[in-house]
Amino acid sequence: MTKPLLDVSHLSTTFKTPDGLVNAVNDVSFQLYPGESLGIVGESGSGKTQVFMSLMGLLADNGKTEGSVKFLGEEILGRSAHDLNNLRGNQISLIFQDPMTSLNPYLKVSRQLTEVLMEHKGASQGEARKRSLEMLAKVGIPEPEKRFDMYPHEFSGGMRQRVMIAMALLCQPQLLIADEPTTALDVTIQAQILRLMGDLKEEMNTSIVMITHDLGVVAGLCDRVLVMYGGRIVEAGPVREIFYTPRHPYTKGLLASMPRLDELGESHLNSIPGQPPNLQHLPKGCAFHPRCPQAEERCQSAHPPLRRVADQQLSACILEA
Amino acid sequence: MEGAMNVSTANAVSPDQPILSVKDLKVHFALGGGFFNKVTRHVKAVDGVSFDLKPGETLGIVGESGCGKSTLGRAVLQLITPSDGQVVWLGDDITGLPPKTMRPHRQNMQIIFQDPLASLNPRRTIGDIIAEPLMTFHPHLNKTERKKKVQQIMEKVGLLPQMINRYPHEFSGGQCQRIGIARAMILQPKLIVCDEPVSALDVSIQAQIINLLTELQKEFGMSLLFISHDLSVVRHVSHRVMVLYLGKIMELADKDDIYRSPKHPYTQALISAVPIPDPDLERNKSSIVLKGDLPSPINPPSGCVFRTRCPYADEQCRDIVPALEGVSFSNDDVTPSHEVACIKWQNL
Repeated sequence: MTKPLLDVSHLSTTFKTPDGLVNAVNDVSFQLYPGESLGIVGESGSGKTQVFMSLMGLLADNGKTEGSVKFLGEEILGRSAHDLNNLRGNQISLIFQDPMTSLNPYLKVSRQLTEVLMEHKGASQGEARKRSLEMLAKVGIPEPEKRFDMYPHEFSGGMRQRVMIAMALLCQPQLLIADEPTTALDVTIQAQILRLMGDLKEEMNTSIVMITHDLGVVAGLCDRVLVMYGGRIVEAGPVREIFYTPRHPYTKGLLASMPRLDELGESHLNSIPGQPPNLQHLPKGCAFHPRCPQAEERCQSAHPPLRRVADQQLSACILEA
Repeated sequence: MEGAMNVSTANAVSPDQPILSVKDLKVHFALGGGFFNKVTRHVKAVDGVSFDLKPGETLGIVGESGCGKSTLGRAVLQLITPSDGQVVWLGDDITGLPPKTMRPHRQNMQIIFQDPLASLNPRRTIGDIIAEPLMTFHPHLNKTERKKKVQQIMEKVGLLPQMINRYPHEFSGGQCQRIGIARAMILQPKLIVCDEPVSALDVSIQAQIINLLTELQKEFGMSLLFISHDLSVVRHVSHRVMVLYLGKIMELADKDDIYRSPKHPYTQALISAVPIPDPDLERNKSSIVLKGDLPSPINPPSGCVFRTRCPYADEQCRDIVPALEGVSFSNDDVTPSHEVACIKWQNL
C-alpha cells in the first residue's frame, strides 16, 4: 500500500478552563492517503474540528496536544510557528465555515490572493496576479478581471467561499482541510461548491478532509468516513459500509434521525434520546452509553477500543465483540 | 381556555374553513439614500403572496436566504405591518390593526424562533419566561395555578418540572428550543409560526424537536406555518409546501405532489440540490446545478423573477409575469391542490 499522506496516532487534546480540564480529543488515530477524501462526521462538541486545529497548530492558548502527527513521514506536532507557516497554505490548506470572517475585510481580494503565492512560492507580483486570476476563473467566479480588485464585502456568500477555495488551492496543496465549508450557504450554492470541490479533487489529485455534520455531503463526496462522538472515533470505514452497514449504535442512530428527502415522510423520526455529552465530565466507560438503546451494564465501566469489525471497518462498541 | 377576553372563540371555525387567509400580501421596505434621504427604492421582501391555512394543517414555507420567508411569517402575525394585501384571521381582517386591538388575537397566534437561547431573557427563570403569556392573558390566575400550568406544559414538551427555577444558560440548545415551544404552547394557540425552529440544532436533537412538534400538533390540533430552508425537514413535517423566490410564490402544492413531481424549474433545482445521505443514490442522481446567485431584491428581474437562473428561460419569460396556475385540483374540481407560477410548466 502507498504511504499515508497524514498519519495521526494517539492524538489527545485538552483545554485548561476555569471550570477544569476539557477533553476535546481523546486518543484519536487515523491515516489519510494521497488523493483520498475523508469525511469527519459528528455533532457539535464531538471534537471533529479540534482534531485538525490541533494538528495544524491552531489551538487556542489554553489547549495542549499529545500524540503524534506525521505529514509525509515527518512529525509536525510541536513544530515552531515558522515551520508550520511554511506548511500551512503551501502543502496543507484550510477552508472554514464562514468565509466573511476568514477574509480580511480591509484588503482587496487581489492582495489576499497574490500574497499567498508571493509568500510561499516567491512569485513576482505579475506572475502571482496572473495565476490568481486563472484560479478565480477555475473556481467559477464570473468576470474575474472585474472582481479581482474588489473588497470581500462586495462578494456574495457563495462567491466568498469560492475565493477561499481559490486561495486554498493556489499553492496546489497536497491536503485540503474543509471545515463545514457549505453550512452557511444556501442549498443551490452548496451544490455548486460541492461539485467544484469534487472536480478539483479529480483534476489536481488533492486529498480532502471534509468536516461536517451533514451526512448527505459526506455521501456525495467522501471515500472514507470517521464518525466522532465525545472526542473519540466511534466508527471508521469506507463510505458505503458506513451508510449501508453501520455497526456502531451512534452511527445507526445518526442515520435514522436524518429526515430524508427521498423517502415518504413518516410521522415519526427515530431520534437519539438525551444530549451530546459534556466534555468536562465524559460518562465513564463508553461515552455514548447514556443515550444508547442497546447499552448494558458493562458499557458503563469498560471503555470500548476501536476494533476491526469487517474488512476495512472499525467500530468502538464492546457489544460487537 | 377559560379566557377573560376571549374574542376569537365567538367565531367558531368549522374544520373546512381556513383559520387564516392571506390575500395578495405585500411587504415592501423603503430604502432611503436619495436627496434629503428621499425614498428612492424599495426592497420587495414579500410581493403578492396568497394562501389559506386550515385548522390542524402544517404549511411548509421553503426558500433560500432572502426569499422573504421570515418576513412573510412576521407579516402574518402583524409583527411587521404589510404594505398591501390582507390577512384574514378567523374571519376578521387583522391587517394593520393597532397593537391594542391586535392584542386579544395574539393569544391564538404564537411564534418560535431560530436561535433558542437568544430568544429567551437570560435574567429570568424559565418558569417566568414560560408563564409570561399567562400573566398577560390570564392575569386572574394566582401564583399556584400559574405554576401548575407551567409545570404541566413543561412536562408536555419534555422538560423536568423541577427545573422551573433555572435560568436559560443552564440549558442546551435543544432544551432551550423546548422552553420556546412551551412558552408558545401555554395558551394553546390555534396557530404557531415556526421560524427555522431546528436549524441551529444538531441532527439528533433536531429529530427530537421535530417529533415533539408533530406530537403536540396531534394532541392540540394547532396549525403550523413551518418556515425553513431545509427541504428534508419541511417534507417531514408539512401537509402542504410553498416555495418562495424573491418574495413570490413559485409553487404551492400538497407535500407528496411537490416532492414527487415538482413542476417549477426552481423547485426542481432546489430538490435536486439537497444531498441525500445515501452514497449510491447521491452519486448517481441527476442534479440541476443552478448558475449564479440570487438577484438583488431591490432590482428584481422583469417578467419571471427566476428567469436569470432558469435553465429554460427565453424571451417570453422576460416579458410575462407568470401567475399561479392550477396543475391539479382537489375533489371539488375548483380548489387547486397544486399550483405553479411558470408559463412553460406544461412543456418542461
